[in-house]
Amino acid sequence: MVAWLKQLNSSEQVALLFVVLFGFLMLLTGGLFLNSLRERSSEDERVASQLTWERVRRDLRAAWIGGCMFWVAWISGPLGATLLFALFSFLALREFITLMHTQRSDHRTLIVAFFVLLPVQYMICGTRFFDLFTVFLPVYGFLVLPIVGALADDPNRFLERNAKIQWGVMVCVYGLSHAPALLLLDFPGYTGRGAFLLFFLVMVVASSQIAQEIATRTLRRRPVARRISRSFSMRAWWIGTLTGSVAGALLFWITPFKVGQALAMAFLTAAAAGFGGLVMKALKKDAGVLYWGNRSSITGAVGLLDRIAVLCFAAPVFFHSARWYFGR
Amino acid sequence: MTLAAFTGQLLAFIARLITGAQGHWKGCPPMAEQRIYIANHQSHFDLVLIWAAFPHELRAQTRAIAARDYWTKSRFRTWLTTAVFNAIYVSRARSNPDEDPLEPLVEALAKGDSLVIFPEGTRSNKGNPQPFKSGIYHLAEQFPHVQLIPTWIDNVQRVMPKGEVVPVPILCTVTFGAPIQLLPGESKADFLCRAREAVMEQRPDPALVGRVVEAD
Repeated sequence: MVAWLKQLNSSEQVALLFVVLFGFLMLLTGGLFLNSLRERSSEDERVASQLTWERVRRDLRAAWIGGCMFWVAWISGPLGATLLFALFSFLALREFITLMHTQRSDHRTLIVAFFVLLPVQYMICGTRFFDLFTVFLPVYGFLVLPIVGALADDPNRFLERNAKIQWGVMVCVYGLSHAPALLLLDFPGYTGRGAFLLFFLVMVVASSQIAQEIATRTLRRRPVARRISRSFSMRAWWIGTLTGSVAGALLFWITPFKVGQALAMAFLTAAAAGFGGLVMKALKKDAGVLYWGNRSSITGAVGLLDRIAVLCFAAPVFFHSARWYFGR
Repeated sequence: MTLAAFTGQLLAFIARLITGAQGHWKGCPPMAEQRIYIANHQSHFDLVLIWAAFPHELRAQTRAIAARDYWTKSRFRTWLTTAVFNAIYVSRARSNPDEDPLEPLVEALAKGDSLVIFPEGTRSNKGNPQPFKSGIYHLAEQFPHVQLIPTWIDNVQRVMPKGEVVPVPILCTVTFGAPIQLLPGESKADFLCRAREAVMEQRPDPALVGRVVEAD
């Protein structure tokens, strides 16, 4: 089996990865759907199962959308992947800015963020200038945004206004742009297998998030930051992070890393994702929303940020540690 | 597809990409009845936004009002307002005292078209809309069977504040409320006041943002 896998070339291996991924999703969807059709004895049970099904369906849809996104990003090559994630960044930043209540005098700053920094960051990503890619927003973007803000001649809450926009750019553009960058990484002896790195990242983040979610529901520990999240506890975070690390270690064979290295990187990534979720919650509480978007939302936000926020925090950490490992 | 139809689609697409242009039909379903949509006016972008929020089928027969002196200045503007938006021209300055500025609107309503009207007459960038002009009262009087739909366009002043040319991507919503009608014996001032309040009622309450049960 392993020998057969080894003799496949890289694109065949990636194709197999997608076959397995979509096959698994199909089985899962089918199974859960059939389960939802099962006869319930009492009315209460029926209502409860319907509610669970609603929630499960939402998660399933997110998983399907994520899977398809991943596949489209892969088959469309560097250009397509970059464009696709650039679009997602744009939509996420749009949602973030909508909920952050920017002022009139931020207009020019926002134009720079949306129409200069975002495209340039993805252009750098698509052309694989990874040395510039990691510093462009934290160094140059950091400087450019307040300059444009200062030129707007409004000292009122200057720091606060700029910080909001900087944050949006860092999370929605910088963080997310590391996902296509993983696809485009070409390590010596590992060319054309970037999809596995992204898959590794997504699997680690997803398993740690699911484990953390289950742990919060079953453990009911004292929340560490009650006013920000009534459910986040350190024990749940540990369970999530360790589950993510184990998942990463089990997947070591699809990456260029050894078991221990995969474990360490997965630990870092899952830890960043778990805390990232908490930070996002704090931001939401500050903005006065519970979801970034929901069906009854008045702002018309579609909840994209909710889905990708965790990834936005985990991707740069994983990207950096992977590059550091390869020493370039 | 003609060039005008294509331009229309393109503009609607851009409006959706930048603002989301979500139509929330709270008080009435989107139907091809004859209607007058009365909306608040905060930005030049309003018209494109409300137009993009309509389902495609309603766009052709829902007509906006354009100021004749501004929108017929160049050939491109004329083409945009007539071929793409199918707008109705209204003169802002009366050339002779006998001319009724509402006449083109009455004509369009008599033909069975729906209208989009910004009864404030000008853009307001303060929170509340300015007092409504009396035009809608006369139209409601002459066409009692036409539904008046109060409409609130939210957030658009953040997309393109007065004096800026490049829009910033920010999500906007267009909320359509329940139809109102001119009551028998209602005075002009009362009706205009009531219409303005009905429009303001459609404003999404900021206190209700995200008022849902937290998932965890």
